[in-house]
Amino acid sequence: MEATIITSPAKEKFLSSLANHKSALLENAPELVSAALASLDELDFPTTRVEDWKYTRTARISNGEWSIIKNRNKIDITPFLIRDLNADVIVFVNGFFSNELSSFSSSEKTSITIGGKHQRETKAFKNIFQALNVAYCTSAVNISVAKNIVAEKPIQILHIVTDEKALAQPFISIHSEKSSQLHILESFVSVGEKKSFTNRSLNITVDENAQLHLDKIQIECDDNFLLNEDNIHIADNGHFTINTLTVDGGWVRNSLNISLDGQNIEANLNGIFLPRRKQFVDNHTKVDHRFPNCNSNELYKGILDDQSTGVFNGKVYVHPDAQKTNAYQSNANILLSNDAQMNTKPELEIYADDVKCSHGTTTGQMDENALFYLKSRGLGDESARKLLSTAFINDVLYKVTNEKVREYVVGELVRRELLFV
Amino acid sequence: MNMISIKNIHAQIEGKKILNGLSLDVKPGEVHAIMGPNGSGKSTLAAVLAGREDYEVTEGSVDFLGKNLFELAPEERAREGMFLAFQYPIEIPGVSNLNFLKAAIAEQRKHKGLEPLTAREFLNLVAEKSKLVELDGQLANRSVNEGFSGGEKKRNEIFQMAMLAPKLAILDETDSGLDIDALRIVADGVNSLRSPERSFIIITHYQRLLEYIIPDFVHVLYKGRIVKSGTKELALELEEKGYDWIKEEVETANA
Repeated sequence: MEATIITSPAKEKFLSSLANHKSALLENAPELVSAALASLDELDFPTTRVEDWKYTRTARISNGEWSIIKNRNKIDITPFLIRDLNADVIVFVNGFFSNELSSFSSSEKTSITIGGKHQRETKAFKNIFQALNVAYCTSAVNISVAKNIVAEKPIQILHIVTDEKALAQPFISIHSEKSSQLHILESFVSVGEKKSFTNRSLNITVDENAQLHLDKIQIECDDNFLLNEDNIHIADNGHFTINTLTVDGGWVRNSLNISLDGQNIEANLNGIFLPRRKQFVDNHTKVDHRFPNCNSNELYKGILDDQSTGVFNGKVYVHPDAQKTNAYQSNANILLSNDAQMNTKPELEIYADDVKCSHGTTTGQMDENALFYLKSRGLGDESARKLLSTAFINDVLYKVTNEKVREYVVGELVRRELLFV
Repeated sequence: MNMISIKNIHAQIEGKKILNGLSLDVKPGEVHAIMGPNGSGKSTLAAVLAGREDYEVTEGSVDFLGKNLFELAPEERAREGMFLAFQYPIEIPGVSNLNFLKAAIAEQRKHKGLEPLTAREFLNLVAEKSKLVELDGQLANRSVNEGFSGGEKKRNEIFQMAMLAPKLAILDETDSGLDIDALRIVADGVNSLRSPERSFIIITHYQRLLEYIIPDFVHVLYKGRIVKSGTKELALELEEKGYDWIKEEVETANA
């Protein structure tokens, strides 16, 4: 079959700004980079006519001016670290690994290598952003926890964007070997409120009986664009939890694909998002039940204010062989303003007959009766609303099982006057 | 001076007139019972006094401790010392009963220019007041009214009342749906809070509650107005004869 080469002015311009940059994956994964470059010929920026991008406009990204920018300046990262967590810290600035700002020890038990071998299972690229990330990767890191090892320290991956027009394209691989345990925390922050675009790829393999807990904390500014592509493969008896906590940011899309490649797997995916002003937050999730006896639990909650927009698209696919599947999905949203908008779509495709699957979505306003009840006891309107917001997302916050991480997230929410304490 | 002085209020909801010129004066320390058949406007009175926005007051005035009540938001009424025990207390999953009360008391004290209670002072108060209504410590700790039985919800209302120590407490059919034991507990709680400075407006359909909480005055509400007032004997008469004779009296007077 002949490949169709697609060209468009936006794509040409976008690619020309990257032409001088060599992918950080070139040395260790030349074939993958070649495949990505070849895919770029056939891909273009998605329009809202593409179902997967129906509510997600990318024009401000495709028409934006971007460049790969290394920033060697000293940055104070202490505000972005979690107090007393005592984690290994891997820092990326504008998508480039920063040796100066990072502090970790790599060992045989828990190895952290820059530009190390990658975990991407397929050379197929579903959209232009995935191909761009690989073809013009800024830095790649590989984290691996060895067989039977319970990692002593959590690992924090900290992404900082600092420069106007910066295009950050880090590529992260995580490998949890058989019967290992690891807690990863990935945070996205920006300094200086400069317009930037982070197109980050995360590829995770959870081996047999391994446990991986990932807390993803997104705290950028209104001028930042953030695209996360998360691909997770889990083997027999594996246990994977991801909490996606979108506290702040102008444009955020999380594309989370979890493939249950064995039996007796448990996958938990939870999220909160609290967009306001003109912010946009999109969570696209896919859970692929391929074998019998697996559980997946999904809980996403959104509170949308001002003229913000939210998208939730949750796909659960149960293959014919995946009998005794338990798959639960829920997305609940509160609209605080008449101008806020939420587009939510659960998609269940079930081809096995002995399964328990459920889904539910709700989008409504704050409960006026509850508000009145609180006010009738003397709570002011603001306090009452915040107390109800807090109650609404509390169950998701408690999925962040590490108390210090949870306190950090709550602190950031309170600092933005979104929660009540 | 009156605790509250209600003068000729008219109120409607969605264009339907419910209160038609209701007047009532309550002095400090007095307990007034408001009785009346279903649909007479009892709960509307409670809602209007507490400040529910669904109700539109088209005429009349209410003076609460020297202030124009209708210029106060619901939370300001509460901070000035008004308390409404709800007929149907709201369940609020995820909001802890105690955190909520701590916040409410803090706002009330701030309004009075007082420092917030220390954690110890607050917990001592909880221990003391939860005993009044025999409220299990576990219940006080749970989410507001979530999964509470009908009786527990009503006891929780009285517990909150005890914690907030209002000047004027309005009890909206607090007795509805209670068995005799729960009724006695609720009534004992209310009686222990009676004082020369605190007034009560007790809205009820049945006389039964008034055997336990003895009112100073009993008023009969019908078609949005008080049509008859008396002492506790009036409640007994209503229990015995029902409301029909009152309705007939009103209709005859109007004819």
